[in-house]
Amino acid sequence: MANSAGLHEPEDKLTPEVIDRHRAFVSLEEELEAIDWYDQRVAATRDPELAAVLAHNRDEEKEHAAMILEWLRRHDPVLDRNLRTYLFTSAPVTEIEAEAEAAGGGEPAGDGPEGSFAIGALKGESL
Amino acid sequence: MNHLLRSHAPITETAWSRLDEEGHERLVPALAVRKLVDFSGPKGWQYSATNLGRVSQIKAPGENLQARQRRVLPLAELRAPFAISREELLDADRGASDLDLAALDGAARRIAVAENIAVFHGWADAGIVGITEATTNDSISLGNDFSAYPGHVAKAVEVLLGDGVSGPYGLALGPSEYTGVVETTEHGGLVVFDHLRQILGGPIVWAPGVEGAVVLSLRGGDFLFESGEDLCLGYSHHGAESVHLYLEESFSFRVTTPEAAVALTSGGV
Repeated sequence: MANSAGLHEPEDKLTPEVIDRHRAFVSLEEELEAIDWYDQRVAATRDPELAAVLAHNRDEEKEHAAMILEWLRRHDPVLDRNLRTYLFTSAPVTEIEAEAEAAGGGEPAGDGPEGSFAIGALKGESL
Repeated sequence: MNHLLRSHAPITETAWSRLDEEGHERLVPALAVRKLVDFSGPKGWQYSATNLGRVSQIKAPGENLQARQRRVLPLAELRAPFAISREELLDADRGASDLDLAALDGAARRIAVAENIAVFHGWADAGIVGITEATTNDSISLGNDFSAYPGHVAKAVEVLLGDGVSGPYGLALGPSEYTGVVETTEHGGLVVFDHLRQILGGPIVWAPGVEGAVVLSLRGGDFLFESGEDLCLGYSHHGAESVHLYLEESFSFRVTTPEAAVALTSGGV
């Protein structure tokens, strides 16, 4: 049960790649939730020493979240494409989408221009 | 309307839908490259070259000047023409479910195989160095015993680990090698296919056009396929009997980590 906790489909119908990505998604959820909890405790406590410890722990969780997100990026081409499009930019976020679409890039499969099969990346799939 | 000129074709929306569905269905299984290497784009039909981040020294047009020229890898265009009977297209509008689209199927196979060959074995005229050409690792002979494949693939993975190339790893298998693998069990009943998956940690991909097999890292950043126009279906011209169409794409490919793959050669021992 432990490795498949939270699966929404029968495990025997899922590939090892999907199950591993599920593990990573759940881990990322846990790390982000921990950051949120620590953040609130830092704001709520009246003890400055405790606040410093909690803030330290909160920021450790940020490192963990970044590491697991990077693993996901390496194993999910569409996530990779979107992170490359949106992260570390300075333009208004909603304008980045319009620019990416105008450039004809970064579109996930099934949403290409007329006549395109919009197959795109298939990395990680077999057959 | 874009450059595919689809609206000039004597083809109804219903028939276009049938052609698009058939093309997509036939292409995806054979596009081995996209299941194993990094894919970026599509960047559009007007996108013409991949930035290599390199320069060449050139002669300056004057005294006391230095000149360099940026180096790029131009995208190559691939087109697979075919013709479909106009009668067959009319039958599509009548709801026929057994359309003869063999010409489209053949074109899909040709262009997918060409993409696989270009990336795995190179396409000199397009300036593309294939993975098996670029790799600095010695090739491993597969021999004719499919039950021995796990040993060969494990050896290839060991070579990659020795080079400091982490996994997961993928395996591209030529059609005959793929068939042999799925049909073979090892001594003790373990299916070779399942054993290979355990060794690799990544997919085993049917790769028409590939000679032998290739083990490569899927960690990312090592093999870069850049798409200008993704695979598409366009119109060329028509006559009284048939409509001439084509499948087309533009792309470049480059290997940035030659040691991130090992070629496994078929035949011999």
